[in-house]
Amino acid sequence: MIEIKNITKIYNTGSVEFFALNGVSFKINDGEYLAIMGPSGSGKSTLMHILGALDTPSGGTYFLDGKDVSTLSDDELADIRREKIGFVFQAFNLLPRATVLRNVMLPLVYEGIDREEREKRAREALIASGLDEEHFVHLSNQLSGGQIQRVAIARALVNNPSLILADEPTGNLDTKTGEIVLATFQRLNREQGKTIILITHEPDVAQHADRVIVIRDGKIVSDEKNIKKRMLEK
Amino acid sequence: MKLFDFLEETYLALSANKARSGLTVLGIVIGISSVIAMLAIGTGAQNSIKSSIQSIGSNLIMVTPGTQRGPGVTVSAGRGSAKTLTLDDANALKIIASVKAVASEVSGRYQLAAKGQNTNTQVVGTVPIYTEVKNIQVDSGNFITDPNVNGASKVAVLGPAVAEDIFGTGVNPVGQTIRINKIDFKIIGITKAKGGSGMSNSDDMVYVPISTAQRLLSGNKYVTTINVEAENSDAMTTVQADITALLLSRHHITDSTKADFSTMNQADIISTMSSVTGTFTMLLGAVAGISLIVGGIGIMNMMLTTVTERTREIGLRKAIGAKGKDISIQFLIEAIALTFIGGFIGIILGWAIAAGMTYFNVMQAQVSWSSVLLAFGVSAVIGIVFGYYPARRAAKLNPIEALRFE
Ligand SMILES: Nc1ncnc2c1ncn2[C@@H]1O[C@H](COP(=O)(O)OP(=O)(O)OP(=O)(O)O)[C@@H](O)[C@H]1O
Ligand SMILES: [Mg+2]
Repeated sequence: MIEIKNITKIYNTGSVEFFALNGVSFKINDGEYLAIMGPSGSGKSTLMHILGALDTPSGGTYFLDGKDVSTLSDDELADIRREKIGFVFQAFNLLPRATVLRNVMLPLVYEGIDREEREKRAREALIASGLDEEHFVHLSNQLSGGQIQRVAIARALVNNPSLILADEPTGNLDTKTGEIVLATFQRLNREQGKTIILITHEPDVAQHADRVIVIRDGKIVSDEKNIKKRMLEK
Repeated sequence: MKLFDFLEETYLALSANKARSGLTVLGIVIGISSVIAMLAIGTGAQNSIKSSIQSIGSNLIMVTPGTQRGPGVTVSAGRGSAKTLTLDDANALKIIASVKAVASEVSGRYQLAAKGQNTNTQVVGTVPIYTEVKNIQVDSGNFITDPNVNGASKVAVLGPAVAEDIFGTGVNPVGQTIRINKIDFKIIGITKAKGGSGMSNSDDMVYVPISTAQRLLSGNKYVTTINVEAENSDAMTTVQADITALLLSRHHITDSTKADFSTMNQADIISTMSSVTGTFTMLLGAVAGISLIVGGIGIMNMMLTTVTERTREIGLRKAIGAKGKDISIQFLIEAIALTFIGGFIGIILGWAIAAGMTYFNVMQAQVSWSSVLLAFGVSAVIGIVFGYYPARRAAKLNPIEALRFE
């Protein structure tokens, strides 16, 4: 369970203090499928980084499964990221000169998992995210945008996290490929009960989630259950 | 993270950018090999000069006519041209305690002729004991004998270089005749090559009986050098002092600064030459040191750019769960791997250059362990410090800052 209260993130650009996040509070239960929307520069990625324990807020509190994340050390944050969180970056951030498999296995390397086991799990994750097996041994800079996307998702899944954070995962994809990616998230949420937080600025994409939070200028402007989807599913 | 995984990461990282890794290694190789090779050349030069001085003989004191000018060893021009020492002086020296042997010589350069060949060579008139004092061995035939000296025989012993120059390689000229200063001498022996070089190359000399030299070549009763061999190196100083005292009294000179002869101790020659070659080695060392510094700066530069360039990668690794420690260790291993690969190749290359110099007879280069340790130590420290510290700094950034790094 995620509980943030009055989170702020201040960037000092020169002499001016810039509030990228300005008092954001919400609660997310386990197994929720949530979308965060907002225009460019509204603070979505900043919020996501804080939720993913990649960055620390300037103010406010963040409880993840009852633990106060803001008091944790650098190494403890690394443990949390490795054990609980799968992250799909807006810029996918794969190691360019490593193979697809190597990229997906990397989180497991840091977890100290055996060679065979991690290759098995990496393959499973890649299959789950819908990448064709023939690409597994390609270098990651030899892939198309959509393929990179799926590798990034597979890497987020590979350590079997309970929370998956995806920053604009369909941003660079055509509608059809985007649908496949979204279906993957849907499946992970429905079948494996993973908490999914998806960032997007496209309303169509946000419609896949059960709940939509809209932020603007670092503040929440709306936080609603996605009635439309509920109705569609019934 | 497991050790094997660290090694695999290192291998993948270094092989992913072969050009950069290669250039870093090259910098280390050049720095290390040049230090090793240059110091080897310096040490080699020092040793070869030392051994060529020692090949003249051991515990040798040379007495030459003429005044000693200034302190220390004076290799005065025209040494031996003054006429103050006689065979009687030489015989008198034999009674000094701790003197093992005394061999006088009358030497000068003369025209040699045989088989239509002409050459100008140092001709040494001397006595049989000369072989012992000057460490000379006979290859074929005999050296000058006492009867030769007593009878002032016209016989000559050739150094191997002279024999080869005049008679050609592979020919044994013993028994043939050679004209020295237009007088026929019978060749009775050839000395063994010593390979010495420089001031007095015993291979390029002709030996004749001292009596013959005085009578037919120099035409006077004086000697040009008295070689005295002391029994051991400890006795050298006393023997040298005794020689000086005895000769001064024989020549009726009371003021030792007015001596009409000078004595040269082999140890003095060695120490003078050593200090010259020491300076030479230091000079080479300084040049090598500069190349080590330049190499070191190259390593620093490479390591710093590598880590800066890879800050994003560090951010990514941290984002997916690497601890700061995992990152530091990986970069430390990379730095160690690079410096060790470079160091290893550098040592082999430096050693090969030294061995090549020796093999092709350019000079007897000798690789010393201290130069290997010095060169390797310096580049290892530079490589590791400059590979590790920036990586540690990057590992301390939070993942987002590192990922944003440009
Ligand atoms: N390191 C930083 N230093 C200064 N300002 C920053 C920094 N990171 C983000 N910002 C600012 O914070 C604001 C929010 O950025 P953020 O990346 O969260 O936007 P976003 O909502 O994800 O936008 P987009 O939809 O374009 O990805 C932006 O105005 C940005 O300029
Ligand atoms: Mg963003």
